[in-house]
Amino acid sequence: MLREITLGQYYPTDSVIHKLDPRVKLAGTLVFIISLFAFGSIEAYVVATIFLAAVIRTSKVPFRFMIKGLKAIIMLLMITVIFNLFLVQGTVVVKFWVFQITQEGIKTAVSMAIRLIYLIIGSSVMTLTTTPNDLTDGLEKALSPLKKLHAPIHEISMMMSIALRFIPILLEETDKIMKAQQARGADFESGNLLQKAKNMIPLLVPLFISAFRRANDLAMAMEARGYHGGEGRTKMRPLVYKSRDKAGYLILLGYFVIMFAVSRFSVLETLLFGVLGW
Amino acid sequence: MSIRIEHLSYVYSSGTVFEQHALKDINLELPDGQFIGIIGHTGSGKSTLIQHLNGLLKATSGTIYYNDENIYAEGYNMKQLRSKVGLVFQYPEYQLFETDVFTDVCFGPKNLGLEQEEIERRAKDALKLVGLGEEYYKVSPFDLSGGQKRRAAIAGILAMEPEVLVLDEPTAGLDPRGRDEILDQVARLHKERKITVVLVSHSMEDVARYVERIIVMNKGKVMYDDAPRRVFRHYKELEAVGLAAPQEVYLMHELAELGWDVDTDAATAEEAAVSIAKCL
Repeated sequence: MLREITLGQYYPTDSVIHKLDPRVKLAGTLVFIISLFAFGSIEAYVVATIFLAAVIRTSKVPFRFMIKGLKAIIMLLMITVIFNLFLVQGTVVVKFWVFQITQEGIKTAVSMAIRLIYLIIGSSVMTLTTTPNDLTDGLEKALSPLKKLHAPIHEISMMMSIALRFIPILLEETDKIMKAQQARGADFESGNLLQKAKNMIPLLVPLFISAFRRANDLAMAMEARGYHGGEGRTKMRPLVYKSRDKAGYLILLGYFVIMFAVSRFSVLETLLFGVLGW
Repeated sequence: MSIRIEHLSYVYSSGTVFEQHALKDINLELPDGQFIGIIGHTGSGKSTLIQHLNGLLKATSGTIYYNDENIYAEGYNMKQLRSKVGLVFQYPEYQLFETDVFTDVCFGPKNLGLEQEEIERRAKDALKLVGLGEEYYKVSPFDLSGGQKRRAAIAGILAMEPEVLVLDEPTAGLDPRGRDEILDQVARLHKERKITVVLVSHSMEDVARYVERIIVMNKGKVMYDDAPRRVFRHYKELEAVGLAAPQEVYLMHELAELGWDVDTDAATAEEAAVSIAKCL
């Protein structure tokens, strides 16, 4: 049933990571992703792994929720690995028929896989520990300097939070209309693609009408309560940095510096390749 | 021709933290031609229950027999069941989608794979039953008034010529006149076509006037299942679960306490009036 789909994968528990200011988490995710792609030595990946593991541990979110997001990119991951493995030129390690695997191929394939997996897990940590509303709040505040350039930051974040808010409502509505049309003998399952698309009309028309009706009602209600855009608008819970947020930034800075430092070494790589005899 | 429900239970989101027992061990028999009211507070499971009647929801456990056939049996024709048990959802006007009223009402019978002539005959009959004349056939359903929209939507179900008509809160959001119109039409339909009608509501007044049997739902269970007057004897218990008996019941009980020899079982305003007149 549609109702059982949960969107916005926030996992509610009580941890330091959950309590962090959303801006810290946004910056953290960004820095983590940049560090993954900027530094490529084995030492750097070890440090990134330790950092990620430590964050996951403190977030108290079960690990299986973290890897849920990986399912979506499994195809992309396979393609990336296979292409890199077979198509990168260099010192040949194994060769059979037209295929050849090179040292460089293995290196890029493994590092691309690690980067992609960590990228997904890293952003999952953010979405699992931050409510969608906090996230848009954080985004609005973080991007607020752009307001000076007349970018409609407040409007964009308002649209984002309204959109997020309406996802469960529209899902429920879809479920209801679907059942009502099924009660009239509508069939949403059988038939070929074209037939299926045509069968969706009795679902989509009422859904769109209902979405417009709700949008209208919401606009009216906002107007009635004096909403006039972001100008001079205050917040009930303004985002203020606390000491733990400052500590968060410091840890982040420390992480980046360490990443930068260890990326200069390639001891582990030489060691590993030495063992493998390459 | 009847619906028999045996040990029906339904659990929402089974196996997750959101697990919720919506229905617990329901046993009911809905014989042919009855006018039945299902009453219950919000969240009592009444809407969940009726969605089982035409197979839109599948019970977690238990069985439903329609004309002595198990509807959960392998190969049972669900589509046919849905045409026999017509279910009018709450706010049915939100399911209208065609360009004009007539085409929209034709949607149901068309899905049954009938001949074009038969489809049109049924649509015309259904629209007549709900009191929408030919002048509305080519009107966009979105240009109708609220009450008309609802009647057009109900016609969409009636056009399938169901043997059992289930209406979920058909009067929600209507003004008193619209409410009476719809309920009167349903009552007439019941009398003329001799079909079974199940009326779901949380308003005792609405239901008491029309139905011959009331099923009171509470927390996913059947609390009372009896004739209205006998159900209303439990008016104190009904209050405890957030429901109330019709005002007449209270009036009659108060009069009886004052020493009047009135019929405390009177369930409708007419019955109450007759009983009071006798005492005067």
